[in-house]
Amino acid sequence: MDKFTTHTGRVAPLRRSNVDTDQIIPAVYLKRVTKTGFEDALFAEWREDEKFLLNQDEYKSATILVAGTEFGTGSSREHAVWALKDYGFKAVIAPRFGDIFRGNSLKNGLLTVELPEAAVEELWHLAEVNPDAEVTVDLEACEVRAGDRTWAFEFDEFLRWRMMEGLDDVALTLRDEDKIAAFESNRDAWRPRTLPAAA
Amino acid sequence: MSRTPHEAEGARPQTLAEKVWNAHVVRTGGQQPDLLYIDLHLLHEVTSPQAFDGLRQAGRKVRRTDLTIATEDHNTPTDNLFTIADPTSRKQIETLRANCEEFGVRIHSLGDENQGVVHVVGPQLGLTQPGMTVVCGDSHTSTHGAFGSIAFGIGTSEVEHVLATQTLPQAKPKYMAVTVNGSLPEGVSAKDLILKIISITGTGGGKGHIVEYRGQAIEELSMEGRMTVCNMSIEWGAKAGLIAPDEKTFAYVQGRPHAPQGEDWDAAVEYWQGLKTDEGAVFDKEIVIDAATLSPFVTWGTNPGQGVELSGNVPDPADLDDAVARTTAASALEYMGLEAGTPMREIGVDVVFLGSCTNGRIEDLRTAADVIKGRKVAEGVNMMVVPGSAKVREQAIEEGLDKVFIEAGADWRFAGCSMCLGMNPDQLTPGQRAASTSNRNFEGRQGKGGRTHLVSPAVAAATAVAGRLAGPADL
Repeated sequence: MDKFTTHTGRVAPLRRSNVDTDQIIPAVYLKRVTKTGFEDALFAEWREDEKFLLNQDEYKSATILVAGTEFGTGSSREHAVWALKDYGFKAVIAPRFGDIFRGNSLKNGLLTVELPEAAVEELWHLAEVNPDAEVTVDLEACEVRAGDRTWAFEFDEFLRWRMMEGLDDVALTLRDEDKIAAFESNRDAWRPRTLPAAA
Repeated sequence: MSRTPHEAEGARPQTLAEKVWNAHVVRTGGQQPDLLYIDLHLLHEVTSPQAFDGLRQAGRKVRRTDLTIATEDHNTPTDNLFTIADPTSRKQIETLRANCEEFGVRIHSLGDENQGVVHVVGPQLGLTQPGMTVVCGDSHTSTHGAFGSIAFGIGTSEVEHVLATQTLPQAKPKYMAVTVNGSLPEGVSAKDLILKIISITGTGGGKGHIVEYRGQAIEELSMEGRMTVCNMSIEWGAKAGLIAPDEKTFAYVQGRPHAPQGEDWDAAVEYWQGLKTDEGAVFDKEIVIDAATLSPFVTWGTNPGQGVELSGNVPDPADLDDAVARTTAASALEYMGLEAGTPMREIGVDVVFLGSCTNGRIEDLRTAADVIKGRKVAEGVNMMVVPGSAKVREQAIEEGLDKVFIEAGADWRFAGCSMCLGMNPDQLTPGQRAASTSNRNFEGRQGKGGRTHLVSPAVAAATAVAGRLAGPADL
């Protein structure tokens, strides 16, 4: 996984709440068997509208997406995160995220930061007035900074460490392989098994 | 180790979900989240290819092929069993088959009698039982909570993690109760109930919580109704939803292919009987609903929380207090092509979809068939009936339900996810309006530009006959 410590870039102000993962990437784009190549699929239906945010020249180079609350609700598709990353986003800021989406993002080095509605409103305003304005998302300091404004955000200490180190979850878990084996040796015998297939 | 669940942590009263959680903790404490053991891992073709690829790259195996099972559902055709016209869909299914063969995972492919929507297949085989942890790379995994299990959807990285380790690191959740007192009135179904709940909580109201549905109305639901309720837990943002197992649950599991037998059955039931929330256990949050006040419920907007009574009208965004909610509602109405104030019953539809992991089980088909029997699908309306699994389809045929639907003029299909998410050719065309028994009315969910109203099976069938949103009482 890519490491994330801090990132500075421009903001794409997406003034919408309840942006579900079907909007981020429609199901017809989920047929690939690779983890990359999803950039064209990001917000595919909205991007057909030439007035859509990401079709405007001033936001084409944005790397920080700022959206309304309940971003990434719905389907568990990790493709939503891959599409955002492939398109070039490094971080997403919203008041609240869907749980599965948030988990997926942090496993792929895409930083998702929860800031209050008022801060999101300020960032929207800033990017609308001045699309070139640079915003910094600093995971080390747990701060978002724009000009003379600073917003602190909360971040789970373990997840933060994992993200800053770019650690692979499977390898971390396998350090406790002995505990898994011990648990398995104690499982009730009647617990169901898929194999062999029952008649 | 047949310890009873409440012995796990001394005498402190615990909720059902806490008991199930604690019984699966492999590692706890320190800075890391709890490591949970996973009893059952379900796979399908869409969210697994990159996970298997990850295993291959790292030289890892599937740790417990005996706790893993795959089926083909999201991409599969429903008009035939063998020809997948779209090459990318075909590639994805072929990839799943090759991965299952390479890694030794059991798979139920198209044409197999146990093929079907992954959340219909698990319970049907008796693999879903009380007190388990069940995961799948699909957000509607919450369905399996109906058996008193902790079941939730995961992303592809997590699929890889479970394949490799049979565990998942999980931050401790919060616990919520939704208590539904009294009985549901005649003609009000599990689907109406859950749509009502989501309209109260909004799409994010359950975030971070495992929800226990309880109370008289929940106890009175059939197992299939309970699956419908738990299925849509994710639509209000809950981590998972579950219902305490009871005699109904045990009866549903008993005799299925993977149900415990003989002494094992007795040991299992003894354990399962302890799976209930202790007297005095504290929930972080509780919602109380009076079942008697409920009536058939449908959605008007583009998220499942935007719902209203079938007897109601399309709401006016101007009546909403919150500015963002107002904008969201206004853009939903624009997308849906609806005017505020229109009676829901006056909204005409082009398509009716009966199926999905929410409402594609045998009872759903029976309910709809009861309504439609001896009647005709309205002219200009296309009704599609897609059983949740090959077994459901077979059972429906045994009961003659296929004939009821076909005689009414509906399209009788093979099993799969179908128009719930339109990954296969079953899609709405731009501007088409559907009454759908599925779970999501998101923009474009059922096909680009398609407009979806979520409804119960009874409302779906009545709507097909009336040509506009209707309940059986309106016919």
